[in-house]
Amino acid sequence: MRTAIQTLALVLWAAGAAAEPLPSGSAFLSDEMRARQADDAANPGMLWVAEGAAMWRAKAGPAAAACADCHGDAGKSMRGVAARYPAVDAASGKLLNLAGRINRCRTRNQKAEAFAYESDELLALTAFVARQSKGLPMQVAVDGAAKPYFERGKAFFHRRRGQLNLACAHCHDKNAGKPLRGDVISHGLPNGYPAYRLTWQSLGSLHRRLRSCSFGLRATRHDFGSDEYLALELYLARRAKGVAMETPAIRP
Amino acid sequence: MAVPKVRVSMPAEAVRGDIIQIKTLIRHIMETGYRVDSVGRNIPRHIVTAMRVTYAGAKIFAMDFTQGVAANPFVAFHTRAVESGDVVFTWTDSKGVVETVTKTIIVT
Repeated sequence: MRTAIQTLALVLWAAGAAAEPLPSGSAFLSDEMRARQADDAANPGMLWVAEGAAMWRAKAGPAAAACADCHGDAGKSMRGVAARYPAVDAASGKLLNLAGRINRCRTRNQKAEAFAYESDELLALTAFVARQSKGLPMQVAVDGAAKPYFERGKAFFHRRRGQLNLACAHCHDKNAGKPLRGDVISHGLPNGYPAYRLTWQSLGSLHRRLRSCSFGLRATRHDFGSDEYLALELYLARRAKGVAMETPAIRP
Repeated sequence: MAVPKVRVSMPAEAVRGDIIQIKTLIRHIMETGYRVDSVGRNIPRHIVTAMRVTYAGAKIFAMDFTQGVAANPFVAFHTRAVESGDVVFTWTDSKGVVETVTKTIIVT
């Protein structure tokens, strides 16, 4: 039987847990890898960021417009933008992540062809834009037009799936911080993506990471940029509320 | 559009006699040659084979790579600042592509 003090402690702990941001994935890295992530001269993700910086200034498409022509200095105009994505696009009412927003801008304003998901170009430009929010807390809107997407992502996170019959929550909520084979289970936060994963030996998007997760569960791997993963991305971003952006992060 | 393939970080200025650190990142797939594609064909080896660095004309660093090195190699080393001049970095890969970067250091 639970005493009043125990109940009170539990309530206080729950309230504290809700207010406190979850630990970033980099908390589970080795000291060496954390140092490498923090050092721009050593972080391999910066190779893509540098490419993105060049693309930001390069004119593209029949409109012959560069990102910089409208948005100017990315350090000012893009500061904090990535921390607010995914977000609902007011014009179409659809949920867009940062890569989707960049492609939307490309097709609508530059009149150019959209980049393929997971192409080096899209990863580079996304990483460059996300990099401008480094250190800022993630802060996505989950009310209003975003609410149905958020609910869908939340349901995805908690629904059992695949032959292993596990939900995201079974590992990343209930067992986060515990070892899984040679790794430690993180809380599954998206604050470092696009991230340089050592397994990939390349920069990759969050959706590529989610596909790896689905594969591990022997569950359906949804397409890059699919509605399922977009909704899940929004839910994960909400879970990461207050966690500092780290793009391009290094992950195992 | 020139895509930056390498990143070199080193101080632009130094005091004579100082030990300086130079850090380099090279974007390269470093394909080992041991892997096969989805239909079982061998994926040919494609790696960076050599990195050479000269400082004011003198060779200060040389490294040969093998297929055991991971993709996008990070190489850092130290040298002593002796005089103002160009530090020239050259990478050669197994297809004969040569990438060169020149950085200038001012020594006072």
